Amino acid sequence: MIAEIGLAMLWMAAALALLQLFAGALALRPGGTALIPVVRPLAMMQGLLVAAAFASLITLFLTTDLSVKLVAENSHSLKPFIFKLAGTWGNHEGSMLMWVTIMGLGGGFVALVERRLREDTLIATLAGQAFVSLGFYAFLLLASNPFARLPEPAPEGQGLNPLLQDVGLAFHPPTLYVGYVGLSIAFSFAIGALVTRDVGPAFARAMRPWVLGAWIFLTLGITAGSYWAYYTLGWGGWWFWDPVENASLMPWLAATALLHSASVLAARNALRAWTVMLGVVAFSMSMIGTFLVRSGILTSVHAFAVDPTRGSFILSLLAIYIGGALALFALRASTVTEGARFAPVSREAALVFNNVMLCGILGIVLVGTLYPLLTEAFGQKVSVGPPYFNPVAAIFVLPMIVVMFVGPLLRWREDKAARVTAPVAIPAVVAAFVLFVLVLAEPQMKLLPTLGLGAAAGLAVASVIPLFGRNLRRTPLPTYGMVVAHFGIAVALAGIASDSAFSTEKLAAVNVGDSQQVGPWTIALTGIEPIAGQNWTALQANLSASYAGGAPVALQPQARSFSSPPGQRTESALKTRWNGQLYTVLGEEAEDGRWQLRLWWKPFVPLIWLGGALVALGGALSLLGRVIRDVTRLRAESKIAWRRERQGR
Amino acid sequence: MSTIKPKHQRLVLVVIALVALVGAGLLAAFALKSQASYFYLPSDIVAKPPEADRAVRLGGMVEKGSIAHSPDGITVQFIVADGKARVPVRFTGITPELFVEGSGVVAEGHLQAGTFMADNLLAKHDEKYVPREMRDMTKAQAKAVIAETK
Repeated sequence: MIAEIGLAMLWMAAALALLQLFAGALALRPGGTALIPVVRPLAMMQGLLVAAAFASLITLFLTTDLSVKLVAENSHSLKPFIFKLAGTWGNHEGSMLMWVTIMGLGGGFVALVERRLREDTLIATLAGQAFVSLGFYAFLLLASNPFARLPEPAPEGQGLNPLLQDVGLAFHPPTLYVGYVGLSIAFSFAIGALVTRDVGPAFARAMRPWVLGAWIFLTLGITAGSYWAYYTLGWGGWWFWDPVENASLMPWLAATALLHSASVLAARNALRAWTVMLGVVAFSMSMIGTFLVRSGILTSVHAFAVDPTRGSFILSLLAIYIGGALALFALRASTVTEGARFAPVSREAALVFNNVMLCGILGIVLVGTLYPLLTEAFGQKVSVGPPYFNPVAAIFVLPMIVVMFVGPLLRWREDKAARVTAPVAIPAVVAAFVLFVLVLAEPQMKLLPTLGLGAAAGLAVASVIPLFGRNLRRTPLPTYGMVVAHFGIAVALAGIASDSAFSTEKLAAVNVGDSQQVGPWTIALTGIEPIAGQNWTALQANLSASYAGGAPVALQPQARSFSSPPGQRTESALKTRWNGQLYTVLGEEAEDGRWQLRLWWKPFVPLIWLGGALVALGGALSLLGRVIRDVTRLRAESKIAWRRERQGR
Repeated sequence: MSTIKPKHQRLVLVVIALVALVGAGLLAAFALKSQASYFYLPSDIVAKPPEADRAVRLGGMVEKGSIAHSPDGITVQFIVADGKARVPVRFTGITPELFVEGSGVVAEGHLQAGTFMADNLLAKHDEKYVPREMRDMTKAQAKAVIAETK
């Protein structure tokens, strides 16, 4: 029954989206003003209905209703509660339902709270959001129905892929999706503003909080996904330049560029067409990513079961939405008037540089991701990995970081280079000093990590300089947000460079009772024992690790075997210290009874994810500041209106 | 410093963006040419060996009875074959769970004096998650490989 109700609500939500699109389109025509009050409630209703449909799917998973095909194929009655819940989106259909749910709720939320945007632009935005949602409703209902029943209920579910049975599944997909799909709001804003020719500072100020919100979640989602891959895959790496990772990085790069260009548009009324274009590009990257991941042209744990019709369906959606948006842009770009001018030395110019560099990185990541697909079409199989991405990305990242030293100190419109020389000299000296020390102390160190550590040290100092000489109590929250986010980039970069420069690895076959050295750690294998969990059994190595002769700590890496579906997974054991992380993996038993152990000492590697979290925190501070400012302004306005009304009486 | 005329400014910005994007494209093309790692079958490697330091991928079947463990307990040597040619492979590390004789494997690494030094091994994870190269490989060489590994 719940499955049928869920499906019915999904159809109704799709019908409401269609209605929302038509009502919005008609409301914008001359004489259609009567329809204007309808659009907002429609968007909210649609959001609630699709959320209710998603809630019914969650209920089906929690109760393990094995008459539903999706549940039978992806769940199991003995699975722990958290994986029953998270298993809802650990499959293709469920995750696409989560996609439209976020899209619907996002549109509904815009309808509920957005008050800054011009009314006609808002109507066009909501119509645009409905238009995009419709394609994904169609995709769900026609090609990936999550509520399909089996002719006969299955006796038992097939279970969830062991790789996904991790608490990461409860956090990484929802946060990433809120960010990924949240960018559809920026896309719809851009469409709306193009339709009503409303590209200007007010539009940018209205759009910015929405982009910020999506960007915060995207940052968190990528950071969480990276840490999950790091501890679960047992390779000790935190980023593999896998196409699936690139699919999440590309929207992030575009959204980061969009945030910065939107602030130029909001503050200075420049970069108009460019900002709108980035709004289109950001969500286009989300859709391209979904196509790459879900069409079956890539193999990964994210691809789920492959169905070729889905690939062509998503490809058609891509063509319609990206092609349509670009066509609209081409038609309307000439009506977007020239923005305000600025000098080559100004805040705007620095932000333009940042945008160009971010788009450069986006370009090389896109090319590197698509290249294997292209060559394969011509019968040549290649894979593109870190040897391509790392140096080529660094060519853009390092100059961008140097400009981040200067940009936040520059004045809008026009500035004198001489005015910022002194404050910029401090981080420059710090960076040079770190480089100097590294070159002297570690002459064997590779070029990129050395430069990375220097740049990180410089940026860490440079990021807080905008706070100097300011009244800290009166400094607006968004400024703190920028400082924290830029500082977070420095922290993450330091972690990345340190991991690649100083990590030590030890691979050995060890007898029980023997010990191994890795970095400053001495690790003894004290025993191997079998243990059992709710739906798995494992061999567990009992390790006793001591840092530089200190008190021993226990680590218990496991090799787990799952029964439903059958599968193995290594469960690494980590020990985090302030100055790094010890990473241990249990391998196989060698022929002579020794056990393979893989050990890493990774100095300062947690900084990578701490940095990611700081970047998101910076975004959150900035968003909070803007929301507070908006609410205060709206309150003041309504007070004035109320007074006027009273006086009028 | 004087501000530029509005019209020129837009032109300058467009030119900068284009130069950067074209630059990124050229850089990407150049880097791809030198850094992309190509996929080889054992017969390809024998017929046309890649340059010594070039990273490539080698895909094929692990020949029956060929896996030999070194005394250090962490290095394995085995032969990857595709029915036409055989390539010795050496790998130091923890082998994937489903790395067994008579099963498919993709090795990432480089060729050194006739031996393929693998940095990483990809094996079939389970029925659902087969590395893409391996799926194609088994399809293309199914017959030869089945004859070989029987």
